[in-house]
Amino acid sequence: MDAQNRAPLVDMRDIHISFGGVKAVDGVSIDLYPGEVVGLLGHNGAGKSTLIKILSGAYQPDAGEIYVNGEKADIHNPRDARKYNIETIYQTLALADNLKAAENLFLGRELTSRTGALDDVRMEAETRKILARLNPNFRKFASPVSALSGGQRQSVAIARAVYFNAKILIMDEPTAALGVQETAMVADLVKQLKSEGLGIFLISHDIHDVFDLADRVAVMKNGQLVGSAKVSDVSQDEVLGMIILGKCPPGAIPGPGAIPAEKLARIAHV
Amino acid sequence: MSDTQQAAGVPTPVHARNPVHVDQNRPRGVGGMLRAMEVDVRMIGMIVALIVIWVVFDLVTGGLFITPRNLFNLSVQTSSVAIMATGMVFVIVARHIDLSVGSLLGFCAMMMGTFQTNWLPAHLGFNYPATWILAIAFGIIVGLVVGALQGFIIGYLSVPAFIVTLGGYLAWRGAAWWVTTGQTVAPLDRNFTLFGGGIGGTLGATWSWVFGIIAVAAIIFFAFNGRRMRKAFDFPLKPMWAEIVNVVVLSAVMIAFVIVMNAYPVPERAAKMYLQARNMPVPDEPLNWSQGIALPVVAVAVVALIMTYVAKRTKFGRYVFAMGGNPQAAELSGINTRRITMYIFMLMGVLAAISGVIASARLQSAANDLGTLDELRVIAAAVIGGTSLAGGAGTIFGAILGALVMQSLQSGMALLGVESSLQSIVVGVVLVIAVLVDQIYRRRVGTV
Ligand SMILES: Nc1ncnc2c1ncn2[C@@H]1O[C@H](COP(=O)(O)OP(=O)(O)OP(=O)(O)O)[C@@H](O)[C@H]1O
Ligand SMILES: [Mg+2]
Repeated sequence: MDAQNRAPLVDMRDIHISFGGVKAVDGVSIDLYPGEVVGLLGHNGAGKSTLIKILSGAYQPDAGEIYVNGEKADIHNPRDARKYNIETIYQTLALADNLKAAENLFLGRELTSRTGALDDVRMEAETRKILARLNPNFRKFASPVSALSGGQRQSVAIARAVYFNAKILIMDEPTAALGVQETAMVADLVKQLKSEGLGIFLISHDIHDVFDLADRVAVMKNGQLVGSAKVSDVSQDEVLGMIILGKCPPGAIPGPGAIPAEKLARIAHV
Repeated sequence: MSDTQQAAGVPTPVHARNPVHVDQNRPRGVGGMLRAMEVDVRMIGMIVALIVIWVVFDLVTGGLFITPRNLFNLSVQTSSVAIMATGMVFVIVARHIDLSVGSLLGFCAMMMGTFQTNWLPAHLGFNYPATWILAIAFGIIVGLVVGALQGFIIGYLSVPAFIVTLGGYLAWRGAAWWVTTGQTVAPLDRNFTLFGGGIGGTLGATWSWVFGIIAVAAIIFFAFNGRRMRKAFDFPLKPMWAEIVNVVVLSAVMIAFVIVMNAYPVPERAAKMYLQARNMPVPDEPLNWSQGIALPVVAVAVVALIMTYVAKRTKFGRYVFAMGGNPQAAELSGINTRRITMYIFMLMGVLAAISGVIASARLQSAANDLGTLDELRVIAAAVIGGTSLAGGAGTIFGAILGALVMQSLQSGMALLGVESSLQSIVVGVVLVIAVLVDQIYRRRVGTV
């Protein structure tokens, strides 16, 4: 693919992090190209959220390097990540419940008037504009987001990423709380953003979704990378095998977490 | 995401012509009217409670409570706690607590006292015109530094605020004693003591009117400026009548306050002594001076205005509320929560110093036990005023009202000759009931 010839948008190399004794991420390398969607899969506790939180600056890795557009990136906190146009939609929605939609959308990057005072009216106007595009039914601009439904809250989180011109978008189970219609909306949005040249990490437990949206999949198990593959080179069953057994199929590039063939054979024998 | 209905019982226009105007409701009944005016129902509840307290005390004391004299004293007595309560709102909203404010007040007052009485006169002479400014600036720096120290330990070293300020509660009270090894500092600078609201420490009739008129002008300006800005973007507006009712009510309260304060005369003898002390001619005929608004109350007004601006219109204020609503979200949004935490305690330190000015000026001396138990009064005022200990919710205006409610109870009981032990019991019970009522209200309305 011609995307592969350019420098990767994001290149995370040999990332390690542990919490106490738990090796949450153990030597994972993963990359992402412009206009590409990489689906990150793995069972609960595999380390997916932890890995992307390192990219978004929420955690500091114990070891490993991150390159953005081929240059080494220093990401020590969420502010640094934002400087590299990395925007994240977190699994546990990172919204302040007591604030309104507009206040959340601009949190940390408020618009101010000439005197330096918060320009709430302009922020609300911008929020109305962007949400009109993403979720035309959204009306609750005057209430704190605690009064919104899960889907409405999700649209605020997505609007925040879209508004600030993300180049690298991280979506950690963006549709987990959503109904059918809203899920379809997010899928359309992912396709649209992809066509605009963004790179997207999409974490999801829904293999169908991932096969529908992603160009590549990467599978994690117990903090390690089992392998990665173009969706065209593997079947959904093979990816399930990667997730559950750690078995890397022929069409995939094996990672450190792949279970060697002889060991698998022994398991199958028993 | 298709959910457009609003709280149960609120009529929603099904066929809204312009979607932007959907959140506007037709007023229906008292509740609907209050909603249209966008006033906080909890705030109304507190104002009603305050009025009930005043009326009951007035009836029980045979008309001694609602008098210019008593209301004037009430306004002065409330000031020190009210000023600190505005800072405590920020502290509690950000899910912290500050138990050190009373001790810090005492420490700042002692530092300012020695500075102006024992140190400055040696260099500048007694009653040098700028002494009061230097003393207040010095006190504010002390408060700022102490607040920064506590805030640093809380924010950057992650020691819980409860522990740090409990340590501060003990340490600064001890430090207040050490400043003069326990001696009370007196007399304070003549200009400095005016901030206590005693003789000469009031605006007088004319300036009180100026103050009142400026306040009314500001009320009108803010109401219509906000309206104009929302209109520019074609946002939903409050109905015009609601805006006008708001403005009229607030302005009327303001004007009534000026009239009442002006109705309280300065005692003839005190007025003449004041003139004598300043080598001014003393006329033989009666002076008929009005007290007008006391300087401590002016200080409360200025502090309240600034703090409201900080809370509503600055990034710092927005971040404090965000941290209270969801500390993780604030952190992930790139807010430097450690630094904001330190700033919050620095602000609290400055306010404790300002309250120290008022408290010591009122007594015309600085004693090391000044501000004892104030931390509890301040926290109670903020909480009675609707600040949620869970963080994320609270208003400056509410905290000041809370301080006024508490002081009204205490003054009223003192007028009745209730023993101070019983006063404590009543104030304690009221605190718990206020929070209980608030909890029930929040649960029913479903807000955090
Ligand atoms: N802050 C933390 N402190 C301690 N352990 C953590 C922390 N965050 C994650 N872990 C541990 O790290 C491991 C990986 O967690 P992570 O949240 O990355 O999993 P995940 O792949 O996102 O799972 P899920 O699909 O359930 O979201 C788990 O064992 C988890 O318990
Ligand atoms: Mg996760």
